[in-house]
Amino acid sequence: MDEVTNLSVKQRSLLGDALRRMFKNPLTVIGAFLVALALICAIFAPWIAPYSATKGDLKNFYIKPPSVEHPFGTDDLGRDILSRVIYGSQISVKIALLAEGAGLIVGTFLGLMTGYYGGSLFDSIVMRIVDILMAFPLLIIAIALIGVLGASEGNLIIALALVIWPFVTRLVRSQALALREAEYVTAARTVGAGDFGIMFRHILPNTLTPIVVYGTLGIASVILSEAALSFLGLGTTEQTIPSWGKMLNESRAFMRTAPLMPIWPGLAILITVLGFNLLGDGLRDALDVRAR
Amino acid sequence: MFRYALNRLIQLIPTIFGIYTLAFFLMRVLPGDTATVLIGFRENQEALENLRRVMKLDEPIFSQYLAFLQGALRGDLGRSYLTGIPVTEMIAWAITATIALTVAAMAIAVIIGIPLGIIAALRRNSVWDNFSRLIALLGVSIPVFWLGVQLQILFGLQLKWLPVSGNGMDIHIILPAFTASLGTLALLTRMTRSSMLEELSQDYVRTAYGKGLHARTVIIRHALRNALLPVVTVWGGSLANLLSGTLLVEVIFSWPGMGRLLIQAINTRDYPLVQALVIIFALIYAGINLLIDLSYPLIDPRIRING
Repeated sequence: MDEVTNLSVKQRSLLGDALRRMFKNPLTVIGAFLVALALICAIFAPWIAPYSATKGDLKNFYIKPPSVEHPFGTDDLGRDILSRVIYGSQISVKIALLAEGAGLIVGTFLGLMTGYYGGSLFDSIVMRIVDILMAFPLLIIAIALIGVLGASEGNLIIALALVIWPFVTRLVRSQALALREAEYVTAARTVGAGDFGIMFRHILPNTLTPIVVYGTLGIASVILSEAALSFLGLGTTEQTIPSWGKMLNESRAFMRTAPLMPIWPGLAILITVLGFNLLGDGLRDALDVRAR
Repeated sequence: MFRYALNRLIQLIPTIFGIYTLAFFLMRVLPGDTATVLIGFRENQEALENLRRVMKLDEPIFSQYLAFLQGALRGDLGRSYLTGIPVTEMIAWAITATIALTVAAMAIAVIIGIPLGIIAALRRNSVWDNFSRLIALLGVSIPVFWLGVQLQILFGLQLKWLPVSGNGMDIHIILPAFTASLGTLALLTRMTRSSMLEELSQDYVRTAYGKGLHARTVIIRHALRNALLPVVTVWGGSLANLLSGTLLVEVIFSWPGMGRLLIQAINTRDYPLVQALVIIFALIYAGINLLIDLSYPLIDPRIRING
């Protein structure tokens, strides 16, 4: 009897186990660090940034190379580039989270519905739309849609979410199609669970792993797309906060006189995207039970 | 095989139909009245009426849609608001430039990516392997427009080795092609490495070594042949992505392709041109995907298609 009680091992939760595995990989730790850096910049920009992002220095109304006071230099209006890059994280993080969030919610909902009611008329209509959307080069569609609707933050988010949801729907549908045949779903139905209860309380939790992995990697590509659209002048029309893509495009005019200027916003995009990519890869390796 | 090809062609019909429909309604989501948006002022009532009649905007939306479909099927996608030239003529010029850039970028990606992937797999954890991993990681994280600008500054303005922008099948294509190739290069390197690693651990490779074959023969004639199958599969997929990826590169390097034309059309509010470009892009995209699907059984004899 005593021997049995002594055998008790330290309890490890599934989540704790996954996290421990994840942070064993140094690349994942770097990824998490970079993502945290971007988030901290976005949330605490007013406290971190040494200068204002919009107010120029009237006494130094010209481009200055990097110096001690301005580590990244100043732009053509005498504004501190470091502060503008720090503030720029707000736009990237906000749009990426909103667009990816909207795409994930719509995609997951439709994926669950089409998977659960697989083979129904609803399923074939939605999947036909998905097929047609995926037959387009999607960046082109986003560009054309914003070009026609006009550039604004709302249109940007709509266009990006429109590009995201078909992929999520496909992913979740395939999972739901398999899971609805699972024994535990039959068991739930036997004890009287309704369709929506089964979908959201029983099937959804088991599809969360691929959704989380896909979502994290997706944020990386949304940040890239947002920067690309802003670079093309199709991004947010926000005047008070600079966007990295727009800063990069504007700095191109001074390529000859200030060759360092385009480096900083691009480096910020690179670091943030790299962070989400590394974190997403780490999540996939840690959460995917079959890959181990 | 023939029946499979025929089936895939028939499946293309609803896709093409969907492409046309989406492109048509894309132009109908213009906020406000199209004629007013185009003319830009409301005072001249007569001009507005004329424009509505010419554009058939006074007809019901469904008959507008049918007229659009009829024209589109005959290859008539309308005329540019700006130049009055049929948009298909304007696009025909741009297509060749885009294809040239895409082919050049693809060539760079294949010539560098596949050998790099092979070396990385053969010398695991060597300098080359780490270099290939770095490329694979940066390839998906570097903003292509930033890379383009940095290359312009370094090779165009600082070193003055290559022209900053402009077009031509000579040294002008080097920087844009290299910029556009990075994403595909990263993908091909990663796929070749992992697929090669898998093949090298197979029994038939050990057998080949066992019967005394030269290492080079085993690697090139046996392992590589099989390792390249999945690479060709992703290669096809990336070809379609490269097509839209060249858009940003074209804008940065003033390359007169379809991508730059699209941005110009958006900036000048030349909506028929925007619509036609979306359709052409989608048709090329669908065509490439069809060719990839059809090529699977030709590349991989293990894939046998019935019906």
